[in-house]
Amino acid sequence: MEIVLVGLNHRTAPLEVRERLSFTADQARRAADELRARGLLEETLVLSTCNRSEVYGVPPEAIHECAPGLSSFLSEFHAVKHDLLSVSLYHHYDQHAVRHLFRVAAGLDSMMLGEAEILGQVREAYKFAQEHRATGPVLNRLFQGALEVGKRVRSETELGTRPMSVASAGVKLAERIFGKLKERTALVLGAGSVSELVVSQLRDRGIARLLVMNRSVERAASLAKQFGGTVVPWGSWDEALLAPDVVVSSVAAEEPVLRRPALERVMSARGNRALFLMDLGVPRNIEAAASELYNVYVYNLDDLSDIVQQNRSARESEIPRAELIIDEHVGKFLSWQASVDLVGLVASLRERVHKERSEFLHERLNDMQHLRAEDRERLQNIVGDLLERLLIEPAQQIRGERELRRKIQNVEALRDLFLNAKDKP
Amino acid sequence: MNHAYFILAVLAYSISLALYLGFLNTGKKPAGPAATLFLGLGILGHYFALLERSRGLHTVPYHDLYGSLSLFGWLLALTYLGLELVHRERSVGAFVVAIVLAVFLASHLAPPDRLSPPAAHGPIFALHVVLSILAYAAFALSFVLSLIYLGEERLLRSRRLGNVVWRLPPLDLLERMSRSSVLIGLFSIAGGTALGFIWVDRLHGQFWYYDPKYVITLLVLALYAVYFFAARTAAWRGARASKLCIFNFVIVVLSFTVVNLYLSQSHRYF
Repeated sequence: MEIVLVGLNHRTAPLEVRERLSFTADQARRAADELRARGLLEETLVLSTCNRSEVYGVPPEAIHECAPGLSSFLSEFHAVKHDLLSVSLYHHYDQHAVRHLFRVAAGLDSMMLGEAEILGQVREAYKFAQEHRATGPVLNRLFQGALEVGKRVRSETELGTRPMSVASAGVKLAERIFGKLKERTALVLGAGSVSELVVSQLRDRGIARLLVMNRSVERAASLAKQFGGTVVPWGSWDEALLAPDVVVSSVAAEEPVLRRPALERVMSARGNRALFLMDLGVPRNIEAAASELYNVYVYNLDDLSDIVQQNRSARESEIPRAELIIDEHVGKFLSWQASVDLVGLVASLRERVHKERSEFLHERLNDMQHLRAEDRERLQNIVGDLLERLLIEPAQQIRGERELRRKIQNVEALRDLFLNAKDKP
Repeated sequence: MNHAYFILAVLAYSISLALYLGFLNTGKKPAGPAATLFLGLGILGHYFALLERSRGLHTVPYHDLYGSLSLFGWLLALTYLGLELVHRERSVGAFVVAIVLAVFLASHLAPPDRLSPPAAHGPIFALHVVLSILAYAAFALSFVLSLIYLGEERLLRSRRLGNVVWRLPPLDLLERMSRSSVLIGLFSIAGGTALGFIWVDRLHGQFWYYDPKYVITLLVLALYAVYFFAARTAAWRGARASKLCIFNFVIVVLSFTVVNLYLSQSHRYF
């Protein structure tokens, strides 16, 4: 076992469970630190999006069955009963984990088949883990491969050329109520990457006016500037909700930020003009009871799954092509793993050693014209044996190293030290 | 009755219905304009069928169920076509043309009522009849639009979105189309009723005599006026306005059936 994945997603867990197992950036960092401190994993990466929470890792050699330990850790970390989690969690090892991640990056495992956001979220999670030195050679290679798969699937298949997302599905739903959005106003709560995607969609659909509300005014101002919007002070609900027709919420908050009483007040003030609320937050940002209000339409992530399913069938025909790309990259990753077994390294090293030996002796023996040919040949063999003993034999011993991570580090160190860039794979 | 016009109208309406259904189902653009074109042809054939009949009667066909229903269907198709062109929305066509076709065919199945020969003639009377039936047609259209509104609204609220929901007009547009249709109905019923009073005044020397039809027509006028203005207010905006519109049409149907057939002396089929 060299790579392990434990997680849950929209297929295995309802929103209520996903909400409880989601990671904020700070939680992701703490979890990675704790997992390594406890010796459960040596490399860690937490991928937490609206629809999934997954922990990828490389366990130490001594641990042969680490999924139960990770499950217990997640249960303890989020204070969720293990029984509740055990029915929702899945775990994969090695090439199955690799394939799973590549499918995630390709958008094949998303609620909306081929959605665009997930690749950005994988990239962000990888960057975040790298910055905190939580990844190592195995996860670096794995996630670089995943990003490449994601790019290729999007550029080489219809899944990529016609990206659909939760954001665009929500915007289209708003159009079912208001028609064209050219005379409408939208309020965006939160200024993160999800908000940015939704704002981009709204602008594409010609929204007339854009209001941005965020706890951090600087981030709100940045988003507003980027898309030509206006910043609204955080928390001024009664005023801020008077004008908009569409409200998009994607705020990291443990409690709902919009509650029924506030919306009831606002709806009365706005003369019951229809209000479409797109709740993309996990946990939910808008109280569920708000959907009972007259002329208020609330859609959360699970609600949007209906739309996802509609798009899915149209895109399913592209799945085989995407799977071929994934197969190719899983194969590449496995080849890379195999390359760690020194198949090519020893040969490359030996070639380099022979070349260096010949050049070195040719240069130095020029000054020793008195040596006979057989003496020169003997000298060459002696130097060759020495180099073999000093370099090749230790390199071959790496083959016996059982721990993949250490093996990779050693191999990469040898390549970095002794091979030219062109000799590296 | 010239059967050629009847066949032309039935064929054109049927093709139009098939194309509107195709448009509703697939959203493919070429089907939409073709559906509108065939609806126009159907309206033309229907018009000539009505004209033939009117020439024979020397008045608008109002005195029997056939004529009245046929005129209602024709005005419904015409009103819808007008709304479609103004609002540039075709996806309701499948529902409306189905009703138009059904009404047109039913009008030919209905036995001619020979017990009530046409007694009234003249342009004022003709306009009175046409405007009254136009009002019924416009109210019927707003009824259909309100039903679609409530159905779509229910699906959106329940989050059970089938394929059809994506093809239907947005709720906001349905509401506007319904209001436009009611506005046509209000002007028509107001004009038709006024002309009716003028005609009665010329006939009897007094514009008013008691007829339950007068009472219910004024009630319909008042109810739709309430709908038209209430639909923009905070309390009624949205689904409630659509429900009011549906209730109003129940009164219209009551006026067209019970009142006409059993209570009114002079308004049997319009």
